[in-house]
Amino acid sequence: MGTKLKQILGMVLFIFSIALACSTAQERPYFVTYSHEMEEPGNLDIEFFNADGKPGGANRFIGSNIEFEYGVKTWWTTEFYMDGQVTQHDSTIFTGYRWENRFRPLLREHWINPVIYVEFENTSGDKTLREIVGHDGVPDFADPNSVSRLDKEREIETKLILGSNFRGWNISENIIAEKNLSNDPWEFGYAVAVSRPLGLKASAHDCTFCKEKFQAGIEMYGGLGDRYSFGTAFTSQYVGPTMNWQSPSGVILSFSPSFGLNDYSIPRLYRFGVQYEIDQFLSRFHKGGK
Amino acid sequence: MPARTALLMAILVTAALCFAVAVGDGAWMTNVPARDHEKTNPFKDQQDAISAGRRVYVEHCSHCHGENAEGTKKRPALMTDRIEHQATEGDLHWLLVNGSMKRGMPTWSKLGDPQIWQVISYLKSLH
Repeated sequence: MGTKLKQILGMVLFIFSIALACSTAQERPYFVTYSHEMEEPGNLDIEFFNADGKPGGANRFIGSNIEFEYGVKTWWTTEFYMDGQVTQHDSTIFTGYRWENRFRPLLREHWINPVIYVEFENTSGDKTLREIVGHDGVPDFADPNSVSRLDKEREIETKLILGSNFRGWNISENIIAEKNLSNDPWEFGYAVAVSRPLGLKASAHDCTFCKEKFQAGIEMYGGLGDRYSFGTAFTSQYVGPTMNWQSPSGVILSFSPSFGLNDYSIPRLYRFGVQYEIDQFLSRFHKGGK
Repeated sequence: MPARTALLMAILVTAALCFAVAVGDGAWMTNVPARDHEKTNPFKDQQDAISAGRRVYVEHCSHCHGENAEGTKKRPALMTDRIEHQATEGDLHWLLVNGSMKRGMPTWSKLGDPQIWQVISYLKSLH
């Protein structure tokens, strides 16, 4: 494992160790799809997500990112990511950063709740696959890191997030449009997901493996080409089950195997993540704060 | 002109204060549709639901409203006459589902109806 990845892991463990209070989140088990649910104001969610895959004709990789998600207002969530990747028989590199903001324009719960997403990213050689757009696919993984890291991607990504909660089910749809700030065309993608806690009622007593601590669902995502060649041809598509479990300490572990649906996709992607939420993060630094 | 501006400012400040007092005094209840107002709690007075509601409350609500719903510096107490007597269970269900986002209260629809009703059972038990 590379030095940078070790440093990232060390940082995550350090942050967990200084988070003194128990915290819980009830997060959806999605890796690519966003739901309409925002971070609660003042809470900081630290997330460490990974994608492991072996593209045909290329080396196995693990793309990782660490995310800091903060609830600024009930209707505004901001998030900062740092990305990296390890490629077998190649190297470990830091691939860049992203900064996203999500805004919820309607301030009550409706059948369908829209959220506007805007992100700036500055990456190169990224393998986290946090979204699939344009003609993303297996050929993107063919180059060694020394070559792929020269391809700087400064991009603006926008999403229309639509989400609904109905009888315990969450249904989320994302429509993605991304523009490289160089002279590339707009690229499009989508992600849809549905999930539900295994138990809707809370237990009256403390428990570790009770049903409400688990959430499971299905996630599907893929590219839709670009403005000159819109559609699902020559782009990758994935579908797979997804699940998470919330430990009594508040740490959430997530796992999802995704399966490529065409030759342009990586045959199998294994995604796993660790999340931890710190309640009222900034107030801990105030006199008399929690 | 300065006198007229001062008068206008005074009217605006008074109106803002009246609005703030009205909202803080449970004006949100006037927004609850009749259908939601009439909703009843399927777990009403069930001891298990109160215990479970307490657990959900501690997990999700206590960092803003206090460990025992006594309120914090920034957020209101929930051990109030308004919560326990004036608001119906349907009113509280509506508030938890929709939140009061302009005032910093998020929506809790992600908890799902059963857990929301369990929290309401707990809040109503706080005499």
